[in-house]
Amino acid sequence: MYNFVSGPLVWIAFVVFVGGILYQIVRLVRLAKRDKVVLPYMSLKYGLISLVHWIVPFASKNMRERYEVTIVTFAFHLCLVLLPIFLLAHVVMFSFAWGAKWATVSESTALLLTIVVILAAVFFLARRLMMPEVRFVTFASDYLLLAIAAAPFVTGFMANRQWFDYDTMVIIHMISGAVMLMAIPFTRLSHMLFFPFTRAYMGSEFGAVRHAKDW
Amino acid sequence: MGLPATVLSSVSDPGLDEAAKSLTTDRIQEVVNRVITKETAARFRTYLNTCVHCGLCSDACHWFLSNDRDPRFSPVGKVKQTVWEILRKKGRVDPYFLKECSRIAHTECNGCRRCSMYCPFGIDIAYMLFVIRRICSLCGMVPQFLQDTVNSHAVTFNQMWVKQDEWIDTLQWQEEDARSEITTARIPIDKEGAEIFYSVIAPEPKILAQLIGNIAQIMAIAKMDWTMPSFDGWDNSNMAMFSGDFEIMGRVERAHHEAALKLKVKRIVMGECGHAFRGAVYDGPRWLGWQGPPVPVIHAVDFYHELIFSGKIKIARKFEETVTVQEPCNIVRGRGLGQKLREIIAATCADFRPPEPGFEHNFCCGAGGGVINCGPPWKLSRVKGNSVKAEQLARTKAHIVITPCHNCHSGIEDIISTYKLGQHVKFFSEILMQVIEIPDELKAE
Repeated sequence: MYNFVSGPLVWIAFVVFVGGILYQIVRLVRLAKRDKVVLPYMSLKYGLISLVHWIVPFASKNMRERYEVTIVTFAFHLCLVLLPIFLLAHVVMFSFAWGAKWATVSESTALLLTIVVILAAVFFLARRLMMPEVRFVTFASDYLLLAIAAAPFVTGFMANRQWFDYDTMVIIHMISGAVMLMAIPFTRLSHMLFFPFTRAYMGSEFGAVRHAKDW
Repeated sequence: MGLPATVLSSVSDPGLDEAAKSLTTDRIQEVVNRVITKETAARFRTYLNTCVHCGLCSDACHWFLSNDRDPRFSPVGKVKQTVWEILRKKGRVDPYFLKECSRIAHTECNGCRRCSMYCPFGIDIAYMLFVIRRICSLCGMVPQFLQDTVNSHAVTFNQMWVKQDEWIDTLQWQEEDARSEITTARIPIDKEGAEIFYSVIAPEPKILAQLIGNIAQIMAIAKMDWTMPSFDGWDNSNMAMFSGDFEIMGRVERAHHEAALKLKVKRIVMGECGHAFRGAVYDGPRWLGWQGPPVPVIHAVDFYHELIFSGKIKIARKFEETVTVQEPCNIVRGRGLGQKLREIIAATCADFRPPEPGFEHNFCCGAGGGVINCGPPWKLSRVKGNSVKAEQLARTKAHIVITPCHNCHSGIEDIISTYKLGQHVKFFSEILMQVIEIPDELKAE
């Protein structure tokens, strides 16, 4: 089981992830050509300006108004992306399989980052349950997606702390990681891929066409 | 402050009630599928898949904030009740459900795009609701008063059933009025090769004719070379853009631009209206397959700025009363004219109280996007949905609210009277007429 999960399943996960992303990009470009008002008005300059204002914390008005969401969201996403790449355990496995290696974070830092992700996920859950305007637009799929994103970190934490049976926990962790990767292109987790395009389009519309700011 | 939070019982509107009686679920499904497969593509699909249901757009919307943060009025909440539900049922919804969709999309969203400035992904939520408007319109499900203006556009190429002889009569009447004060004031009709083609919205000749007289005087003082057409295409308004009847929208915009092209003018200057600018510069050309308008279109605010700062008109004295400004969505968020608007106010008014939030972040008046055009049945809902505007205006402690847009003018007027703010609305041209310097040689006795 361990061999399957740390071998072929990783392959499957990455193939589905990369292939799915490529498929979505191709589909997006095709659809953009059919949506005749998209491509003629896209502007690299204004798209980037808008993107910068929404990727730098507090650079837009709503990011300042909802500062608590901004802080948690940025912390969550930064740690979500950076931790799997710079975790010692992951780098060791990668190095074992492919030879290459790179810098890693210390174990205590990794622990801190994991807890940040978990606490952020709890914040998002609380937000969904407690704020009426968020609860109103929440479905089972939203809880499921949050669980899928949080699971690798929760199970990774549990494995690292050696809660329950380590071997089982590690397998579950790897499965959850694979599930998350495969879910990204085909669920709302694809906002990771699409948001630069929607942001660039709105930035182009507001900035290039309408000479106004959208932040 | 605000109206009591009573639950509005269902509003009676023949445009919706009668349509519901004759529609079937099959017909609705056919229209839904046709619109979604043939008229939507990247934006619709991508926005659906990218929205993570975070609800951050809620704080942007005056409807949400004014209705005690009721989630049914948040932008994403409105999309949930319409788009998501229709897609979940694969278009098989009954006519009474579609009636609710029209209530939400036609009367509870102004398409002001403030929500797109609050969404981290820049999702065009107004666009999603306009797709619903499109579906509703193709099913004949449109609030009656709004549909009537669209019918007028279809028959007379103007919004208010104005006939050609009434139009020409009005121009001649206003020219006479203008000449009684300024001897050189003229309204040149059908002047080929003029520099400026001036267009207005149909309510101007119908109920606000003095604004046409005003512009005749301003043009005379500034010695501008201008004209207005005697034929169809003089009306730059476009209610079809808001009902979802994009075919008529296209016809109306084509008529407007072709009238200007026929008179071989250099540019179109339009009166103080927001949606007319949007229709002439964005929505119309795009439907017609043009990159932009064939003749440059200049909004009144831009034009007044040019006149004042180039010295073509001079300001004799400043307007003394305390003023604030309603920054129309379609020319500030929609054209970045917020700075120029403030500059012309600074040049003409002594005591300006800025609204907070301002510029692109200012709140919609609640009347635009076709909402006020849905008529009296929906007025209570509309003013109830904008108590934040009333609070904002009250905070400025100004006496006059400058509204360089017809919909804003009426919408703010309704808010002022409902919430008893004691303020008054004025178009910018009304203030300009009071402060403009009239050269002695032009003054009539």
